[in-house]
Amino acid sequence: MANILIVAEHDGQTLNASIAKCVSCAGGFGGAPIDILVLAASGEAVAREAAALQGVNKVLLAERAENDKPLAAILAPQVAELAGGYTHVLGPSTTFGKDLLPRVAALLGVNQVSDIMEVLGEHRFKRPIYAGSAILTVSVDPGNKVVATVRSASYQPCDTGGEASIESVAIDCDLPDHSRYVELQAQTTDRPDLQTAARVVAGGRALASAENFKLVFDFADCIGAGVGASRAAVDAGYVPNDTQVGQTGKIIAPDVYFAFGISGAIQHLTGIKDAGVIVAVNKDAEAPIFEVSDIGLVGDLFEVIPQLQAKLGG
Amino acid sequence: MLTGISGPRWYNARVPDQRTDPHSGPCKPKANKRMQKILVGIKRVIDYNVRVRVKPDGSGIVTDGVKMSINPFDEIALEEALRIKERGDAGEVVVVSIGADAAQQQLRTALAMGADRAIMVKEDAEVSPMTAANVFLKLIDKESADLVILGKQAIDDDNIQTGQMLAALWQRPQATFASKLELADGKAKVTREIDGGLEVIEVDLPAVITADLRLNEPRYVKLPDIMKAKRKPLDVTSLQELGVEPLGGITQEAFALPEGRSKGIMVDDVDGLVAALKDRGLF
Ligand SMILES: Cc1cc2nc3c(=O)[nH]c(=O)nc-3n(C[C@H](O)[C@H](O)[C@H](O)COP(=O)(O)OP(=O)(O)OC[C@H]3O[C@@H](n4cnc5c(N)ncnc54)[C@H](O)[C@@H]3O)c2cc1C
Ligand SMILES: Nc1ncnc2c1ncn2[C@@H]1O[C@H](COP(=O)(O)O)[C@@H](O)[C@H]1O
Repeated sequence: MANILIVAEHDGQTLNASIAKCVSCAGGFGGAPIDILVLAASGEAVAREAAALQGVNKVLLAERAENDKPLAAILAPQVAELAGGYTHVLGPSTTFGKDLLPRVAALLGVNQVSDIMEVLGEHRFKRPIYAGSAILTVSVDPGNKVVATVRSASYQPCDTGGEASIESVAIDCDLPDHSRYVELQAQTTDRPDLQTAARVVAGGRALASAENFKLVFDFADCIGAGVGASRAAVDAGYVPNDTQVGQTGKIIAPDVYFAFGISGAIQHLTGIKDAGVIVAVNKDAEAPIFEVSDIGLVGDLFEVIPQLQAKLGG
Repeated sequence: MLTGISGPRWYNARVPDQRTDPHSGPCKPKANKRMQKILVGIKRVIDYNVRVRVKPDGSGIVTDGVKMSINPFDEIALEEALRIKERGDAGEVVVVSIGADAAQQQLRTALAMGADRAIMVKEDAEVSPMTAANVFLKLIDKESADLVILGKQAIDDDNIQTGQMLAALWQRPQATFASKLELADGKAKVTREIDGGLEVIEVDLPAVITADLRLNEPRYVKLPDIMKAKRKPLDVTSLQELGVEPLGGITQEAFALPEGRSKGIMVDDVDGLVAALKDRGLF
């Protein structure tokens, strides 16, 4: 019988939204017990949040000063140490999980499954490859531990209201001192988080400047949306890196996604495949974005956005 | 702490900066050493511009007659290594590819970009990230490498694993998804592109760095360099010769097309767009 350990991502205060989706994914293993591991300097609040996720068996809280910041080299040996008692170790396919889980897998001497999008059995999974151009079915040797990341956009968050127990654990292992956290350069914003927002407004190279991007931000604020961008827009410095959507950015699944002046390169499209409705506005009727959009409008975004805002924002 | 790199080169500063490292005195040469060697991974993949097709029987991806290139992230990794060498901070840049022999073509391109030497590790079967990591580990040892720069992700399997695994096996630091790399005093200060913004970490060398898109813009290869590259050394070896056991454990069972999205509609104007949105209950 399988038993599953999920490594929690958090910022010291709150549990990352991807963890509730990992629990949903783990729910596909036929009722196997699901434990969540919180590695933190002081993680009471995070552990309580994890314990409230429906379907969780127990939360393990490993507090240690070194766990203050999420350095993979520090966390991985602790996860590997605890993994002994589990058949499956899962984490989210966020940058946190992608950094950490392969290091854990290597310490356990196994390959890792990236981006589980569907659980077909305890050891069989579907995952996207080639920027989502193909779906690969993989099977892990039944004798091996499964170490995997979960593609968040493929799962809904599990319900809350659970009352799992919280257990403090002391993980006894040496930690390296060769890696140090310096700082996080983040722009604080009141906008909905791109990865959980129900509505996302995104702009591409066509915006042509950081000033013009204000158009996108204003419309987003007006309809309570998160803001996304193409790689071209980020590379050009119009918007920060954490807005990039796509193969090498964020994979998102909002109810509605607005793409303004984005051509629709495969690397971008892979990030929005799971959106409910894709709206595309592009002045080129031949733009590939129209092959995937649900509602398309050929037009100039500089004219369309203000009109749209006037009609939807009021 | 590492902001002083615009001053004396990190490896030849004659007077160690007492403020930055209380332990480094004149008799601690380690911290100021110039790096000998940087290893760079070069994976041969289907060019990112190609529309990838699945074989009708689901047994794999169509590669016959398809344009192959260096994995884009590996070009960035190589560019970074070349810049480090050109600054005088490293002696040699060695590029490594593991897989089908045809990857010699990509290694030649890497040599034309400026790498000094290439190693082709032949393996006809699928190379897993753990196998690749074990090959790099073996080569680090053989070549006494100080730094390994890989791509953050191979755009064929989208695994995003090899660098992290190598760092674990090597018991050294990892700095993944790097968009900025500064070397000083035997340490690397790395800016990483993460979901929450830009994270800065500092790691001791040797270490594994994986390159993200905005680390640099790779140079174009010039024709004379292609000619010169033909004379640069390219060693061919194999997993067996290196004594690396392939590590599998995950079987690729079947390849399929993703579910397509249903055909959408085109609207004529903003009113049409608003109506369509309201139709779907979105506003
Ligand atoms: C390894 C790799 C990874 C990548 N990862 C990503 C990724 O994660 N995310 C990503 O987005 N890209 C990624 N890319 C880049 C991708 O291939 C495209 O280059 C990029 O998405 C293009 O951005 P864009 O659509 O904004 O720009 P363009 O392709 O230049 O498109 C601009 C569009 O705007 C339209 N336009 C111009 N003016 C107007 C106007 N006034 N009104 C309306 N429309 C207008 C044009 O018709 C055009 O279609 C990656 C590439 C590589 C090689
Ligand atoms: N077979 C290989 N040959 C050379 N480099 C590789 C190989 N596999 C992986 N790498 C390196 O590891 C990086 C990450 O690959 P992956 O973990 O497969 O996404 C790539 O960008 C390469 O730099």
